[in-house]
Amino acid sequence: MSNYDLKDKVALVTGAGRGIGKQIAIQLAQCGAKVIVNYCGSKEAADEVVDIITSSGGIAESLQCDVSDFIETKNMIEKITDKYEKVDILVNNAGVTRDNLMIKMSEDDFDLVVTTNLKGAFNTIRHLYRNFIKLRAGKIINISSVSGVMGNAGQANYSASKAGMIGLTKSLARELASRNICVNAIAPGFVETDMTKKLSGSAMEGAMQMIPLKRFGRPEDIADMVTFLASEKADYITGQVICVDGGMSI
Amino acid sequence: MLEKIAQIIEEKLGLDGVEITEKTRFKEDLNADSLDLFDLVMEFEDEFGTEIPSEDLEGITTVGALLDYIEKKAG
Repeated sequence: MSNYDLKDKVALVTGAGRGIGKQIAIQLAQCGAKVIVNYCGSKEAADEVVDIITSSGGIAESLQCDVSDFIETKNMIEKITDKYEKVDILVNNAGVTRDNLMIKMSEDDFDLVVTTNLKGAFNTIRHLYRNFIKLRAGKIINISSVSGVMGNAGQANYSASKAGMIGLTKSLARELASRNICVNAIAPGFVETDMTKKLSGSAMEGAMQMIPLKRFGRPEDIADMVTFLASEKADYITGQVICVDGGMSI
Repeated sequence: MLEKIAQIIEEKLGLDGVEITEKTRFKEDLNADSLDLFDLVMEFEDEFGTEIPSEDLEGITTVGALLDYIEKKAG
């Protein structure tokens, strides 16, 4: 059982069907939060996350929505606030990669990555803005990336989107601080997920050399930071980028 | 109507014993920033059952202007 008490809190985790988002959803539910497991593609995967949560006594439901679509996101948020009346915790985790050298990067590859990762975060926050102002409380946690902090060759699009999330986080933290709403970003390093499984053997080795702690992160490492930031233990932390990366960004 | 609006403004901005008239200016007289105004507008929306788009906020600088706006909307 987790240390943090999130009982009666409602959490929306985007891209929660797999990888880091899945673990975040599970651990928020373990802390007592009601969790909306948002997914874009696979209903099966999302329902499996819901099953994991409900079978251990938690409350969760899956909701399909492509967060890169402004109107679709609006509809999803309305559905959630109609049913649960509020959202206390928003985790913008949905993200995609289309890695390539810039010379070979298509316009579509750039647009897709920025629209999903960065605009997706804008969309959810924009439609939950009134909700948070009314609550005069809340936690917004944006899952950025070490790639957005340090840059990464072959990831100009991804890195730009994740650096953009950091700017979004800091500006919004200033904008909403007077209403007791905390906005933070987490910058994971390499984490064992489907996303990093795509890396080639040599890329994997290269990555390992850059990590002082000499191991890839686990989704739990990121989810632990999310549950902390979502809890009242982190009430005095806002506008920060917390690198959970095994020391990569030192 | 003015009384109701004044009451909401006092509550939301945590004012006490400030006289609120139609001439009262949000920024200069009440020290309300743009987020305060947005906050007030949401409260008025609930109270008067009308929707006030954020764009319309720009031109509303005094309590009187807000009163007119809501009356027009509701009317």
